Amino acid sequence: MPISLKNEAAIAGIGLTEFSKESGVSELSLAAQCIKAACDDAGVSPSEIDGLVTYTLDTTDEIEVARAVGAADLSFFSRINYGGGAAVGTIAQAAMAVATGQATTVVCYRGLNGRSGRRMGQGVSGTISSSDLIHWSWYTPYGMLIPGSWIAMIANKYMHKYGVTREDLGRVAISQRNHALRNPRAYGYGKPLTMEHYLESKLIAEPLCLYDFCQETDGGCAILVTSAERARDLKQKPAVIRGVTQASTRGQEQMTSYYRDSLESLPEMEMAAKRVYAMAELGPDDIDAACLYDAFSSEIIMQLESFGFCGTGEGKHLVREGALDIDGRLPNNTHGGLMSEGYIHGMNNIAEGVRLIRGSSTGQPTKSVEHVLVSSGVGVPTGAMILGRDK
Amino acid sequence: MTARIKPPMGLDNAWWWQMADEGKLGIQRCLGCQTLRHPPRPMCGDCHSMEWDTVESSGKGVICSYTVLRHPQFPGYEYPLIIVLVDLAEGTRVTSQLVGCAPEDVDFDLPVQMLIQEDPDGFKLPVFQLAGAV
Repeated sequence: MPISLKNEAAIAGIGLTEFSKESGVSELSLAAQCIKAACDDAGVSPSEIDGLVTYTLDTTDEIEVARAVGAADLSFFSRINYGGGAAVGTIAQAAMAVATGQATTVVCYRGLNGRSGRRMGQGVSGTISSSDLIHWSWYTPYGMLIPGSWIAMIANKYMHKYGVTREDLGRVAISQRNHALRNPRAYGYGKPLTMEHYLESKLIAEPLCLYDFCQETDGGCAILVTSAERARDLKQKPAVIRGVTQASTRGQEQMTSYYRDSLESLPEMEMAAKRVYAMAELGPDDIDAACLYDAFSSEIIMQLESFGFCGTGEGKHLVREGALDIDGRLPNNTHGGLMSEGYIHGMNNIAEGVRLIRGSSTGQPTKSVEHVLVSSGVGVPTGAMILGRDK
Repeated sequence: MTARIKPPMGLDNAWWWQMADEGKLGIQRCLGCQTLRHPPRPMCGDCHSMEWDTVESSGKGVICSYTVLRHPQFPGYEYPLIIVLVDLAEGTRVTSQLVGCAPEDVDFDLPVQMLIQEDPDGFKLPVFQLAGAV
């Protein structure tokens, strides 16, 4: 009989560093700081950490982190591939480790000097002939070097088919900026965004303009996972993991799944939705708020369809109705998200999901929040998670 | 002058660029089930044959999607840079560049024709132009 991960594990602590454009410290330092902060938040000692999970893109080795924070002997360590597609995948690893007894106290972390160090927007190139580099080589000789160029091809097709306008993308960006105006951690704090300003900003990769892109941020974020039973005895109200899954589908490429019959949907997100709802025994109507991965504004509208909050091609209507706003049907990225809080590769969206369950977000909706949906990177092998309030 | 980024030439892809160097747009064909596939792979995902050969595309197709890249501007490329996904007449899809076209003239479903572009450093790659734009 397979083990279901439903309600087995919970997020007991979240930890963040300051977010900036130039941290002035190493990525190891960022990782150690956010992990210590997550332990403090949960009320456990770093010496209790026996599992660590991060992204393959993270430069900081698990054992470097373990020495830096004075972790216990490690019985579990692993990494997830595909950039921001790793985000909730790291939590899936932690939940599996806790549910199967591989570890008791697992911290998932991501620390990056995303602006002052290696920038995502600086392009990819390479000389070693791995299958991954051969994949990129169908695009780099033509000048498709940045994530925005890869996503724009899908966004343009989707918008053309369903009549989604640049104003619709602007509505997403502005909604998240409005959330950021309440969040002192956010890049967008104190920086309102108007539709006029949005439409006047420079086009980067048509149809995407500057404000359709996420930030480049220096910072770290850590998430502490332990058993739901133990989490109840710790400092914070647990955010119970009702369901969590990874998802990659037929024809999947990293950012460039251009060779499927239809380009106007996100099959890997639909798979994540189906699996996470089944595991949690919940549906879209049960979800009160969301932290949908938002490297680009267009991805939010497409995910509203993937996760069944509306029908195919109807995402634009939800956005126009203000569904993503604080008093809307589905308050989304109430911290500002990757676009307006900071780009910690989706880890900071998980932290916000936990805050929404605790009732401690700076963008906390007035309605009761029982369940929050969090997703991983869009256009890559991905995943989704549903967090729930403990009964 | 800085040149464009060159593809790594591995066992699974070098032949495609060699065909481009000979002025051809290649498509991989499975010898087990005759299915055409792109981008190339060493095994057929349907019949699992590892035997394959190549066919030369007619170079005719229609624009499936496109983007116009404006920023950031990398050395070796000219901007605005129009990137297209082309549905080839043979049934496969290829990512390429649209040349000789103003950004405001590119659109979905327009017919296009492949041509080989040669860079100043002698590197050749398949690009497309609007059909009838010769």
